[in-house]
Amino acid sequence: MSSREKRTPFGDWWYTVDRPTLAALAALMLAGIVLSLAASPPVATRIGLDPFHFVHRHILFLIPAIIVLLGVSALSPRNVRRLSVVVFAGGIVLLIATLHFAPEVKGSRRWITILGVGVQASEFVKPAFVVLIAWLFAESTRRPEMPANTIAITLLLMVVTLLVLQPDFGQTMLLALVWSALFFMAGMRIIWIFGIGAVALVGLVGAYFTVSHVAKRIQRFLDPASGDTFNIDVALESFYRGGWFGRGPGEGTIKRILPEGHTDFVFAVAGEEFGVILCLILLSLFAFIVLRALLHAMRDEDPFTRFATAGLAMLFGVQSAINMAVNLHLMPAKGMTLPFISYGGSSMISLAYGMGMLLALSRERPQAELLISGGTYTPALGRA
Amino acid sequence: MNETHEDEEHVPAPSAPEQAGPVESWRQRMLRGLLYGQNVDRARKARARIGLAIVGFAIIYAVIGVRLVSFAITSDNHAARRGVSQDAVATARPDIIDRNGEILATDVKAASLFAEPRRIIDVDEATEQLTATLPDLDANEVRERLSSKKGFAWLKREITATQQQAIHRLGIPGIGFLRENKRTYPNGPIVSHVIGLVNIDNQGIAGLERWLDKNGLADLHMAGFATDRQQKPVQLAVDLRVTHALRDELLAALHKYKAKAVAGTVTDVRTGEILAMVSLPDYDPNNPKEANDPTRINRLTTGVFEMGSTFKALTLAMALDSGKINLNSSFDARVPLRYGKFKIHDYHAQRRFLTVPEIFTYSSNIGTARMALSLGVEYHKWFLKKMGQLDRLRTELPESAEPIVPKRWGELNTVTIAFGHGLSVAPLQATMAVGALMNGGLLIPPTFLKRSEEEAKALGVRVIKPETSKEMRYLMRLNAEVGSARKANVAGYYVGGKTGTAEKVINGRYSKTRLLTTFMAVLPADKPKYIVSLLLDEPQGLPETYGFATSGWNAAPTAAKVIARIGPLLDLEPRLDLPPSGKWILANASGAF
Repeated sequence: MSSREKRTPFGDWWYTVDRPTLAALAALMLAGIVLSLAASPPVATRIGLDPFHFVHRHILFLIPAIIVLLGVSALSPRNVRRLSVVVFAGGIVLLIATLHFAPEVKGSRRWITILGVGVQASEFVKPAFVVLIAWLFAESTRRPEMPANTIAITLLLMVVTLLVLQPDFGQTMLLALVWSALFFMAGMRIIWIFGIGAVALVGLVGAYFTVSHVAKRIQRFLDPASGDTFNIDVALESFYRGGWFGRGPGEGTIKRILPEGHTDFVFAVAGEEFGVILCLILLSLFAFIVLRALLHAMRDEDPFTRFATAGLAMLFGVQSAINMAVNLHLMPAKGMTLPFISYGGSSMISLAYGMGMLLALSRERPQAELLISGGTYTPALGRA
Repeated sequence: MNETHEDEEHVPAPSAPEQAGPVESWRQRMLRGLLYGQNVDRARKARARIGLAIVGFAIIYAVIGVRLVSFAITSDNHAARRGVSQDAVATARPDIIDRNGEILATDVKAASLFAEPRRIIDVDEATEQLTATLPDLDANEVRERLSSKKGFAWLKREITATQQQAIHRLGIPGIGFLRENKRTYPNGPIVSHVIGLVNIDNQGIAGLERWLDKNGLADLHMAGFATDRQQKPVQLAVDLRVTHALRDELLAALHKYKAKAVAGTVTDVRTGEILAMVSLPDYDPNNPKEANDPTRINRLTTGVFEMGSTFKALTLAMALDSGKINLNSSFDARVPLRYGKFKIHDYHAQRRFLTVPEIFTYSSNIGTARMALSLGVEYHKWFLKKMGQLDRLRTELPESAEPIVPKRWGELNTVTIAFGHGLSVAPLQATMAVGALMNGGLLIPPTFLKRSEEEAKALGVRVIKPETSKEMRYLMRLNAEVGSARKANVAGYYVGGKTGTAEKVINGRYSKTRLLTTFMAVLPADKPKYIVSLLLDEPQGLPETYGFATSGWNAAPTAAKVIARIGPLLDLEPRLDLPPSGKWILANASGAF
């Protein structure tokens, strides 16, 4: 490690970054590799691939993910914002391209192939969108003359439209939820909560009546007898069979018939092979990262970093909570990956990007630098 | 982006938006007021609301944690919970092959017809078209299944390729096919009682198929492991050729002697391996309906019988092994033995003192009974217990029967059991005991799986002295030379044997006409390798047997035919110039173990 005597870029980063969060993220990635070894070979053999196909690719994706995570975490808040603008713009272009060029898989267009690599554009839009919205709400407190709220609403409508056209209701819901939470944190009057709630309800009811699979999933959740609940039955069976300590690595048998065992239902595989204890450890890692980030946001004085940190933490938290809740049949089935544990290249890089920004924004900064990042105050300090 | 506003007026604190510069238009101020309220400290509000989010997330994660813990706690109660793979398709089973690699059971792919009722558009139309194509489908049942709310329902398992094609052409939505494994038994009924059969889901329900399931295959199935993966074939000790020869001769005997049932085994006395086991009437495992017929049970393992005089071999072995009696001892057989109101006769009465070999060859009930009495009831019981005749014999076959042992075993019981009445055992059990008398004195549990001599020696329990075994071999051979087993003496194989005829108990009394005849043949008697054990249930007397229906007239000649056919198959070299047993076996120390 570098010495504190001399200021080096690495030293600056190492001594300002939130090391406990970094450690928790590393632990999650490690758990991801171990669980990939448990969960993905049955899926790979089922579709006729080499048993370790997904394990190899999982580890392969981790390398760029770690680079992105560390690289982004070294950025200053201002550069984080600038990068977000670029990523968001690129993501929107990709989303539009996806709608036009992507092949339809299982009824939706989500994946576009760029240079032989399948990319899920919506994954990259998510964190960038959250940072931009956080900035807009921060600006609305700081510079009322800027039409920040209008822009924020416009951006939301744009992204939601593109996502619904795919259609991808999971991501839509996730983004709308984080957007609303940020709006709420930005000081929105309580009365508008009812407004947003009403809009959400209309959206949900609309989806219920216009999109058949949404309706089916909700019905199935409320009344399991109404339809085929194979996935969730198998997932619950995994937890039952696992018990406290699990059946041991490689001893899982339910995982062989669990569809999406390596992505959406990896938590159930963890339950079967390693038991509820490990699931609780994973749960506490997620809770630690999310709650620590939110606490940090609460103490932060700068509106932009506060909202961006809170937004990214909520994005991460909501995603992890939905995945675990679906696995445990606490809510209707909704395809969502378990951050850093589930298999998926786009998801992994996007999460690394999001968490990198979270680390960057929550780094300890001297008060002066904080003032600089505020932008508004630059003249006072910069132009003496 | 923020640099564009550099010349803007400087505000002392970000937490006082109402003091924002004059650039804000009245419309924006109104919007802001509407959205956020007038004169509020938004920084403080934000802090409080993030606090709320923290509480919210803490609650959500706590709920998930509680749910996880509740699963762990209820885990034990759900250990037996199944229901996930109940609708599992018939999965693959390993091939079963005989000791020479001939296939006894294998999987063949067949299509099965299923429906996804929720996707059926017109139930009536679908029912009509399906029943028109498959006339053996029940229209009401099909309609009921198609009308259900289930995601999946079987309509008909294992249809032919032509039927599949025809249904495919109908183009009914929500109807599909699954490739399933159908178990087939290329040899039909020949090895039926050994391998048993499977049900429609390819789960073993009888014989060695059931044993396979109990020994891990069922777990594999449940886990979905056993699907089309190549599984190692299971090799049995059974020899298909020997079984076929045995069955062929038994079928001939069944018809010739008009018996109710016949059964037989060929076992290797050195290893306990069962090379052939046939119980007629049997069934074709490809036609499972036959298997449920109670007259087709496996009489060798699931039936228990009074073995008759073949049991005398055990009594004599006990006497010789006790050391108190030797081959030159003699017993009084002048008059029938009276015991209470019972009178024990000899079938071939000699009315004089008989030596031990004479008792065996004349099959003297009186002599055997006296011999057993001279050793006492407890000794008799102890010896039979040691020979495994009083406990249920378990093999790989799931079917087995408990011997019927008298509850109160007095002297009368010892008298009758000495010559094979009053104790009912499974024929395979008696064969195991005789095997021990022949092989040098080791009781080896029979098996349907391959076993080497070394493994057998490790498993075997010494029950009699090697010397006693040698004397028993002499007696068996002598009986085939001069005694009741003469008709089983096939030239060249040095056969030894013991006949047995038991009167069956009909309505609580021994019947003179309904007999159960048994025969144990050992070959070659000087250096035993195999035991052929036969059983005929109610054989009838024929003109050519002068009306006799005792073992020497039906079981022994059948055994001769079997031995003549299987001898070459078992690589037994015919030896035609061997001296008689007295000079050869007794004089030679050769033997088995």
